Amino acid sequence: MIGLHAYLVVAAMLFTIGVFGIFVNRKNVIIILMSIELILLAVNINFVAFSTYLHDVQGQIMAMFVLTVAAAEAAVGLAILVTFFRNRGDIAVDDASVMKG
Amino acid sequence: MLQSIAFYLLATVAVVSGLLVVTAKNPVHSVLFLILAFFSSAGLFVLLGAEFLAMLLVVVYVGAVAVLFLFVVMMLDVDFVGLREGFARYMPIAIIVATILLIEMIIITSAVVTGGAGAQARDVVVATPETSNIEAIGRVLYTDYIYFFQAAGIVLLIAMIGAIVLTLRHKPGVRRQKVHDQVTRDARTAIEIKGAVSGAGVSPEELL
Repeated sequence: MIGLHAYLVVAAMLFTIGVFGIFVNRKNVIIILMSIELILLAVNINFVAFSTYLHDVQGQIMAMFVLTVAAAEAAVGLAILVTFFRNRGDIAVDDASVMKG
Repeated sequence: MLQSIAFYLLATVAVVSGLLVVTAKNPVHSVLFLILAFFSSAGLFVLLGAEFLAMLLVVVYVGAVAVLFLFVVMMLDVDFVGLREGFARYMPIAIIVATILLIEMIIITSAVVTGGAGAQARDVVVATPETSNIEAIGRVLYTDYIYFFQAAGIVLLIAMIGAIVLTLRHKPGVRRQKVHDQVTRDARTAIEIKGAVSGAGVSPEELL
């Protein structure tokens, strides 16, 4: 039987991979957005694992709200990315300072 | 036994494909590995007895978010090779930070499982005969969390409007539909009556 600990470790690994991806792909916004999705997925696994093992459905409700915010964040982030690409011709973000006042 | 095999298989695939998302050279491959990671996580949710969330994950993430990513990656003509510079330079510090983070989180989870909130964890009851997973979610979501549910709807609406506003562009030289002008057009402004003599015919200049 798989315990709660195993699921939490998987979630921790996915979360760490997300943070690692933000570190190594500092220029590529698309990969950074995907890393954020991985982090939110790790959070969802945590919510669902606790919800199941504590026999309380509220964790799954919270996971649904996280899912909603993740979808909204991806849509707005990619829209900003498309606008940024139209204005500048590339998506390198490490020297992005066009919005500076 | 079979459950353990399924768990370890799905967990391994999820973690390995997650790692490939951030290290793949081609961003299209990254998106495809992201889809694989989401599918494996949906499998983990099924093992946990959260069938509804598993299906939601497949529909929302694979069906909407990943396709959105794929659209953007394929439609923008970006030089992805240039974007990878600094990958090797940031690698050592990233590995150090990631290792420390992982060790810390595993220690915390061990502590939580043995002494914290997870100490009350009982065995999974995957499907109870009286209420299904989706029924349990519905009973709580539409009563205790109804305002949160509606707020989530507003968040999605605002995100949709924001994405449209950000990417909408009026190209000069493209003729667009003017709905107001077309609807308010009537016979008095659209038609002009010319006096033509019957039987005499008209020349084209007179019509202008």
